[in-house]
Amino acid sequence: ASCVQHRLVVRDASSLQLLQLYTCLDQIQYIEWSSDSLFILCALYKRGIVQVWSLEQPAWHCRIDEGSAGLVASCWSPDGRHILNTTEFHLRITVWSLCTKSVSYIKYPKACQQGVVFTKDGRYVAVAERRDCKDCISIFVCSNWQLLRHFDTETQDLSGIEWAPNGCVLAAWDTCLEYKVLLYSLDGRLLSSFRAYEWPLGVKSIAWSPSSQFLAIGSFDEKVRILNHVTWKKITELDHPATIASKRTIVYKEVEKSPTVDRERLSFPPTRELASSLFSTQSKYDISQVPVSLQYVKPVADRPNPKVGVGMLAFSADNCFLATKNDNIPNALWIWDIRKLKLSVVLEQLCPIQSFQWDPCQPRLAVCTGTSRVYLWSPAGCVVVQVPGEGDFQIVSLSWHSSGDSMVLLSKDNFCVCYLEREEV
Amino acid sequence: MGDWKTITVPMLSSDSKNILSYTSERKRSPTSMNSQVLHLSLPSYKNMHSFYSAFCTEENIEQRVSYIDRELTTLGFPSIYAESKGKELNLVSIINCINELLVLQHKNLRAQEEVEMQHMKLGSDMDHLQNCYAKLKEQLELSKREIVGLQERDRQLQSKNRNLHQLLKNEKDEVQKLQNIISSRATQYNHDMKRKEREYNKLKERLHQLVMNKKDKKIAMEILNCVGRADGKRGAWRTDKTEARNEEEMYKVLLSDYEQRQKQLLLENAELKKVLQQMKKDIISLLPPQKQKPKEKSEDGLVLSDQEEDIGELNKENMWELSCETVREQLTNSIRKQWRMLKNHVEKLDNQVSRGHSGALNEKDVISREDHELETEKLELEIQQCKEMIKTQQQLLQQQLTCDDDTSLFLQDCYLLEERERLQEEWRLFREQRKNFEKERKSFTEAAIRLGLERKAFEEDRGAWLKHQFLTMTADYKSENVTTPSSEPDIRFVKSASLQRKPPSVLSAPVSAELCQTSQYIAQNSVASEKPAADNMPNLWVESDDKEETE
Repeated sequence: ASCVQHRLVVRDASSLQLLQLYTCLDQIQYIEWSSDSLFILCALYKRGIVQVWSLEQPAWHCRIDEGSAGLVASCWSPDGRHILNTTEFHLRITVWSLCTKSVSYIKYPKACQQGVVFTKDGRYVAVAERRDCKDCISIFVCSNWQLLRHFDTETQDLSGIEWAPNGCVLAAWDTCLEYKVLLYSLDGRLLSSFRAYEWPLGVKSIAWSPSSQFLAIGSFDEKVRILNHVTWKKITELDHPATIASKRTIVYKEVEKSPTVDRERLSFPPTRELASSLFSTQSKYDISQVPVSLQYVKPVADRPNPKVGVGMLAFSADNCFLATKNDNIPNALWIWDIRKLKLSVVLEQLCPIQSFQWDPCQPRLAVCTGTSRVYLWSPAGCVVVQVPGEGDFQIVSLSWHSSGDSMVLLSKDNFCVCYLEREEV
Repeated sequence: MGDWKTITVPMLSSDSKNILSYTSERKRSPTSMNSQVLHLSLPSYKNMHSFYSAFCTEENIEQRVSYIDRELTTLGFPSIYAESKGKELNLVSIINCINELLVLQHKNLRAQEEVEMQHMKLGSDMDHLQNCYAKLKEQLELSKREIVGLQERDRQLQSKNRNLHQLLKNEKDEVQKLQNIISSRATQYNHDMKRKEREYNKLKERLHQLVMNKKDKKIAMEILNCVGRADGKRGAWRTDKTEARNEEEMYKVLLSDYEQRQKQLLLENAELKKVLQQMKKDIISLLPPQKQKPKEKSEDGLVLSDQEEDIGELNKENMWELSCETVREQLTNSIRKQWRMLKNHVEKLDNQVSRGHSGALNEKDVISREDHELETEKLELEIQQCKEMIKTQQQLLQQQLTCDDDTSLFLQDCYLLEERERLQEEWRLFREQRKNFEKERKSFTEAAIRLGLERKAFEEDRGAWLKHQFLTMTADYKSENVTTPSSEPDIRFVKSASLQRKPPSVLSAPVSAELCQTSQYIAQNSVASEKPAADNMPNLWVESDDKEETE
């Protein structure tokens, strides 16, 4: 599904054939599929309206108007029948039910990065709240929206919460002024708290491993600390220095390939393909010899939210690899082998990395850097895939299909679907 | 010498001049002796002469003699006068006295020499010691200066150290101050933030009230028709029961998670315990038997016995089922002890190796690693070979056992056929070879016969040639000995043949012509038989050689 201005376009994932077309009242800011893929919600933040469309019955429609309360965020609940709207200024979260037309309110939600998180199995939702200048967390049961637990957190300014994939542990971390990670069990008991250091800027990003065994914490000091789920103590620190000296790591460097032009095939006027191939630069991966020194960007000292530290973390689906990006060295992507707790690969790109995502099924990583190429890495090697087409297609973000066969590449105005062939075994 | 000097002076006051010269001479001689150490500074013949004439002259001879006599007697020598007869000199005693005086003189000279030697030695020792003393003094000076320098440096370094310490303290104080500043600022910011947040909350509340109060019609949900729940159930009321159920469910989830984790941990524990047990067994097997030396290691022996008891106990029980703490501790402690013993053992072995091959016992005990590895490789190879053999044998056995009667007969027939064919082949080969051998034999016999004939011919030729030679050489002699018996026509024939051939040992041309003539002459007459010729040959040959030489 994609939205264009005020129209919602639904296409088939394998053939990109147009299936449905819906029109909304105003420009759509956000769309989301329901968990059973039967409904799509379109949030129009400016108007404070959420419109829901059904795929099975195109005639069915639903509109939720927040009125003067305004709308800042909207999302589905895991059962696909409730919509949680966050009003402006984070006054409250309204839970609209599509089944019973009833409304519930969650007061005092916290305005933070990740305030509402659902467990993987969709049973519980944790909401970060702030009452009387104190942070607290409420856990609700999703089936009937009853409050299960409510407890205070020992944080100064709760910045985010995240469930572990097994749904039993909730990680909460503090603002970047304080390095503090708290781990709560499902019933609200504090299991452990982790604090690496006191004064310098703290946690930047957090990721759980898919087996809930590890919690990776990326911080502003360019290090990732991994905690284990048995003792909640640090098992290792992964550093991101600017020079790589270890002989065991492979460094793939993206190198520009000068385009080869067949003299004989030049024709006048030049065909479109030829023109595009001339102007778009090809590139390929080269293996650089260790020691390698990476491009280091010195952060501006007195600006807030400096581009320092590990800003992006992701575990692979089979729990074997961890991909990290150090914002100091924006062109490089670091891939760590979790089984050995060592750096295994570094990908050095020509442009700063915009986003990356692991394949949900295999240990395959797709990276985009804002150019018209998508980069794929797997333990077998890495490859540069050029998006064919005219003009520039600057990939800003990408998203894998849940089966791992295709992925969507998004640029500012367009998107394309990249299909990956399965190996014939 | 000096004493004598003093004695002699007053005694011989009468001959003062002579004495003076004498004493001066005397004086001079010791000084000269002092200066010239080694050689006896006997005055020269002339000096001696004058010296002696100065002492005794024709006029005062009797006085001098009496004086000498007195001197000698005072010195303990017998008198030089003859007994009872005055003024008659006893020559013998004089000579004895002289001899003794000479001996005494020699002794004194030697003593003087020795003394002077010693004096020189002492002088050189003294020089040496003085030099040493001077050097040591210099060294002492130097070291004193060095010490002063070092002390100076030491002082400087200490002062530097103190400065650095001070700096470090200052830095630390600064850091502490900065930290305090940061914390105070942080609390200030927190306080400010809280204040601002409270204000913000108030605003939010106000806004909320306003929003709620307005009762906007707009805040509504317009829906075409209600959608069924995803799981098909109807919505439930919120009651206490549902709350309780929620709690229950939540606890169930947690419990299941914990149970899963505990199972995993139990499995891990079991694995690790097994590994530890194995390790313990391995370590025990690696350690050498220490029962032979109970005296040396009394403590370790005790520990060992304890260990053995423990091992026995622990092995009896099923370790992996018990998980209480004491048992766990026992296991880990026992492993640690064993490990320590193994470490000690390995260290001892290392020491032995490093000390070298000292003692036969060590050599015997320590097997070199390479030998060990070689042996293990050999053993492994043997094992593999044996295994393969066993496998093949088993296969053969199975074949034999499992095949039917028909097949066995058939197989036997096959074997017989094979054998028969093989035998036929061999027969054929054998016959061929025999034929070949026959042929070869025939050819060999022919060759032998030919060879025999050739040899005969050769021998005959040789004999003829020799005879011819003999005849030609001994032509002159033959003129004398004409009556030589037996003229064999064959030989003659051969001779003529040889003559025609003209052996190469014929010398010069005129000689050969002569020889030819003589040989012809000989040929006509009877020729000596071979035997006597042969007998005479060597002599004749010698003679002929001589003849040849002379010619």
